[in-house]
Amino acid sequence: MADVNRGNRPLSPHLTIYRPQLTSMTSILTRITGNAMLIAALLIVWWFLAAATSAEYFDFANGFITSWFGDLIMFLSLLGLWYHTLAGIRHLIWDNGYALDIPTAEKLGWAALIGSVVLTIITALII
Amino acid sequence: MAYLTDRKRAMGLGSAKSGTAHFWAMKVSSVALLILIPLFVFTFGSALGGTYEEIIAYYSRPFPAIVAALTLIVGFKHFNDGVQVLIEDYVDGLSQKVAIILMTCLSYGAAAVGVFAIARIAL
Repeated sequence: MADVNRGNRPLSPHLTIYRPQLTSMTSILTRITGNAMLIAALLIVWWFLAAATSAEYFDFANGFITSWFGDLIMFLSLLGLWYHTLAGIRHLIWDNGYALDIPTAEKLGWAALIGSVVLTIITALII
Repeated sequence: MAYLTDRKRAMGLGSAKSGTAHFWAMKVSSVALLILIPLFVFTFGSALGGTYEEIIAYYSRPFPAIVAALTLIVGFKHFNDGVQVLIEDYVDGLSQKVAIILMTCLSYGAAAVGVFAIARIAL
């Protein structure tokens, strides 16, 4: 038992062999959106700091955030935020032991994907 | 190595060490964010685009200021917990430790700067 083959065993199949599936794609998208929002979060902190500093500095930071490039970052982050929120609700449901079968998990995956687009459009129309 | 028993070799290397507190902390912050995020999106979103005077007046009110400060505190804590797992999954060894420390400093630093700025505007 102490002499079994260690460290030279075959690895289980991973990303290189698995076909992309809705469940795996929605999973990695949750991680990507969650971490990518750091950029928008830091821009918002910078915006608040600029507003607390002076009118001139606020105009500089606000000018960047409301420029077409700033708008693009904010719009994509809003889409990412709603997706991450809906995917997070899915995780909270899973954590309590519900909706773990694949058909339901895939339905909730589509709900998160489509729901995030709908919520983004609604938000963009309201604000 | 050959004299090491299997039990001794495996002790302390399992996955179940101290993940529960981290998992629970993410659950708590995620539920808090379910309330805070919609409030923040619609307060910050409606303020964004205003002039300097409008922004100062808006964030001098308690509700938008408290929502923004809480969102930054809970949001950056949630981010920090999440990015730690991301780093643990993809980075090994010393770089893993350095990356986690840097992202933790960034998270708490950004939250502190944001809360200070909001307090300065509001007070």
